[in-house]
Amino acid sequence: MNPWLEKQRHLIDFTLASLARRKTRNIGLLVAYTLLVFVLASLTLFSNALRSEAKYVLAGSPEVILQRMVAGRHDLIPPGYLEQIGRIRGVQKKEGRLWGYYYDPVLNANYTFMARPASEVADGMIMVGEALARERGLAKNNTISFRSYSGKLFTFEVAAVLSPDSELLSADLVLLSEDDFRRFFEYPEGHYTDIALSVANPQEVRNVAAKLTAALPDSRPILREEVQRTYQSVFDWREGILLTVLAGAILAFAILAWEKAAGLSAEEKREIGILKAIGWETGDVIRMKIWEGLLISLTAFLGGFLAAYVHVFHFGAAVFEPVLKGWSVLYPKFALVPAVDGLQVATLFFFTVFPYTAAILVPIWRAAITDPDAVMR
Amino acid sequence: MSRPSTVALVIIGLLACAVLGIFAFSGPLTAAHQPRLDANRELVARFGLTDLALFTEARYTRHPSQADLHSALQDHPGAFDHFPSGSLLSPPAHLTRDRTDSHEPVAGKTASPD
Repeated sequence: MNPWLEKQRHLIDFTLASLARRKTRNIGLLVAYTLLVFVLASLTLFSNALRSEAKYVLAGSPEVILQRMVAGRHDLIPPGYLEQIGRIRGVQKKEGRLWGYYYDPVLNANYTFMARPASEVADGMIMVGEALARERGLAKNNTISFRSYSGKLFTFEVAAVLSPDSELLSADLVLLSEDDFRRFFEYPEGHYTDIALSVANPQEVRNVAAKLTAALPDSRPILREEVQRTYQSVFDWREGILLTVLAGAILAFAILAWEKAAGLSAEEKREIGILKAIGWETGDVIRMKIWEGLLISLTAFLGGFLAAYVHVFHFGAAVFEPVLKGWSVLYPKFALVPAVDGLQVATLFFFTVFPYTAAILVPIWRAAITDPDAVMR
Repeated sequence: MSRPSTVALVIIGLLACAVLGIFAFSGPLTAAHQPRLDANRELVARFGLTDLALFTEARYTRHPSQADLHSALQDHPGAFDHFPSGSLLSPPAHLTRDRTDSHEPVAGKTASPD
């Protein structure tokens, strides 16, 4: 074998024997280190997966949603408003949307009711999201009654349960016909909740929004890119909140690692003195300690990252779910796309492995250049 | 018996291979989800959806992209602050002032209805 490699292997053998002499302390450090990487990596993987999923699927949402504002609050679109938009160049299609919220006292949950054309959902029928169907024990052809806000009881038959694969988007969705929607909420005829606009050319979206604001000063256009940006920041924010909560743990680990790596115990100093006395060079001592740092930090990083991957993509990030998903009663079940961002992993690697290995060097170098006799005393 | 260095290097090597495997198989594993993602994007386009159904507890959490910035405070004047930052900021001084203070709150003490 190559003499250099053989020498490194001997150094590793020696390092491991040295670590084994302080077994409890080093195993404790390895466990704490692995846990820290596990928590940070889980957080990064989970947030990143949700963020990329939101970005991909919401790319299909309407280019522009136009809301009407009254006294700073979202209000109904009155009759004639759609016509006032007129023929704005670039707008391919404009459509009044009808949707709203319904609070179900049975589950203590909010549903999102949305009207669909009669060609999709017939009068007296509804299509429901999988989470809602699961919680209310609904299946196709079952009937369900909702008491409207005016106190009247409406009974609907379930025409279909939406695909469980779409639960992330449709967990609480109830799709019903336009007539049923208007009757249920006593929505005034000709009024809409908001307007969805399709714009053919993506470059034109901002111009269209500017024209809409000029033509209808009481309107608020929401662009698709804003919708997507909202989701980027929602997960950034929640990730940030969790990181803030974890900051104490991270700092505690930093102190532990620094104390372990930087502050040499008398026993370690004596060991270095003996090594020097029996003929080890300063370089060998430093190399040995670098191996020690690398063995601990690499094992912790790789182990922690793998555990995080399994936790997030096979166990649905059970530890963070409640914090990152919210506090909703209707809880969507979904599988995340196991996309891994190389840059994020590299950043995590840099901020966990590198500082620990580097922190080891300075005190070792200081001890290793001291006279063996003085170190051993 | 094998040397400790062999055991340690084999363990680290296996862990590293598993991590590299994650990167190597990330493409095919992601591709397996593609039909679901495409179907969901199609659903979003068909129904004109704008938000994920992650937080259904309030309208501004169910449809954060459709709510304006201060909708949490619009439920009624003086509504509780639902923003997480509310837990980091102390309430305004006049709300925590001692009741015996000369500027006693007048809410609920007026003769005419609020």
